[in-house]
Amino acid sequence: MYDALVGPFVEFGFMRRALLGCLAIAVGATPVGVFLMLRRMSLTGDAMAHAILPGAAVGFMVSGLSLGAMTIGGLVAGMLVAVLTGVVSRTTVLGEDASLAAFYLISLALGVMLISMHGSNVDLMHVLFGTVLALGNDALVLLCSIATATLLLLAAFMRPLVLECADPTFLRSVSRLSAPTHFAFLILVVINLVGGFQALGTLMAVGIMILPGAAARFWSNRIGGLLVVALVLALGASVTGLLISYHHGLPSGPAIILVAGSAYVLSLLFGPVGSLTARWMNSRQTFFRRAVP
Amino acid sequence: MSAQVALEGVTLGYERQPAVRRLDVAFPAGSLTAVVGPNGAGKSTLLKGLVGELQPMEGQIILPARSTAYLPQQSAVDRSFPISVAELVAMGLWRRLGPFGGLTRANRRRIAEALAAVGLTGFEHRSLSALSGGQMQRVLFARLLLQEADVLLLDEPFTAIDSRTATDLLGVIGRWHEEGKTIIAVLHDLETVRTRFPTTLLLARDLVAHGATSTVLTAENLMRARQMCEACADEDHSCGRPANRPWRM
Repeated sequence: MYDALVGPFVEFGFMRRALLGCLAIAVGATPVGVFLMLRRMSLTGDAMAHAILPGAAVGFMVSGLSLGAMTIGGLVAGMLVAVLTGVVSRTTVLGEDASLAAFYLISLALGVMLISMHGSNVDLMHVLFGTVLALGNDALVLLCSIATATLLLLAAFMRPLVLECADPTFLRSVSRLSAPTHFAFLILVVINLVGGFQALGTLMAVGIMILPGAAARFWSNRIGGLLVVALVLALGASVTGLLISYHHGLPSGPAIILVAGSAYVLSLLFGPVGSLTARWMNSRQTFFRRAVP
Repeated sequence: MSAQVALEGVTLGYERQPAVRRLDVAFPAGSLTAVVGPNGAGKSTLLKGLVGELQPMEGQIILPARSTAYLPQQSAVDRSFPISVAELVAMGLWRRLGPFGGLTRANRRRIAEALAAVGLTGFEHRSLSALSGGQMQRVLFARLLLQEADVLLLDEPFTAIDSRTATDLLGVIGRWHEEGKTIIAVLHDLETVRTRFPTTLLLARDLVAHGATSTVLTAENLMRARQMCEACADEDHSCGRPANRPWRM
């Protein structure tokens, strides 16, 4: 048991680094994912994950596989797409969903094109699927910094963020914090995706953000409960995914996301709040209450 | 003493199309006013202008913004959002607590009192998704109670709720009126307006009449308001939706 669960992390430095990186991503990205879900913006997170690709590609073209350049590039591209989406949806007939879809598709195609033109397929795979087993000190510092900044910003904006999610009209009527809250939240989404793509790649980073939050919705009816359950699931998926990847020689990023996905499917089936089983049992109880006066 | 609300030559609208035109109206402090008119008359637009959601295309609105509470026509509250009734009502304390203030024991007592005032004692820990439409409206009224505003703007507060809830909430509005608050409510049920609201503003994009309810809600004024809105619809005017919803007399 020790060899299976602890041994790989004790024996190999790259596994310890991967573990620390994944835990940092989980701590930062999971609460952001919970609020994305509560704001019905889960697909926005997915789109933004694709939108950062051309920025990372430009960083790659300028400095190769440089962490700083790719991070700054991704951040700029993500914020640019977020701002352009907002401007188009507020000034034209196009809605926010269609506007975001248009920009992220353009971004994705542009990013793949740039990397293909200036790098190899291996480079492209690194950007798309991450290099969780090759995280350096710089990457770990970045991931831990992003997690810390995320927790601090969320603590500062928690109340207006909850209001913005639950009743945005009310927040606008009592405070001017609506727009700053929305913008701060978008920044959190983008920096966590940028951090996530270092380890999991642009295609997988959004998975650790969204899946634990979606799974947690079947376990709790309170925001605090959702955040705790989502974090536990994300941490568990990170550790389990890395171990499965190590023992079976599988790619780490997809292994972590598949474990998180399994947690989601199990929660969907058996969670106590609004899952298929919970709803079936409720309808059964209602039926018997009606049948037996 | 609650504040006075005044509109001076105010035009409000959407995308450069006016929906309410050149309104000169004053709501005295402590007044209880019903805003009535056919569909598309600009009633909700007027409240959105008062609350600051819409900026006037021309004219000036005088209103004590810091002490205004607003209940929109279709509340944007996400009923599936995972918070309790007490947590939603506590939002009414925003101006007192701000983004960082903690809920003291006194605040919790105020929340319980607000829920008791709307007949929802014992509902503190229920989820929003477990509430009926009438119960949800009572919760929103409890939140309004905690806002302690001098001016209350209510947009069709009794739509799609049961008659008992409507009666109870009319009682709450009556108590606010006795406390000297200025209340402006958009309503469709003219019988309720006649029996409960001393002042009425009749709107058909332009002001038709404003004053004592008995002098405003005359057959002649109501017909005139309807014709004004129908004329706008017939001319494909910028007035918006056709005026096809009858008043409930």
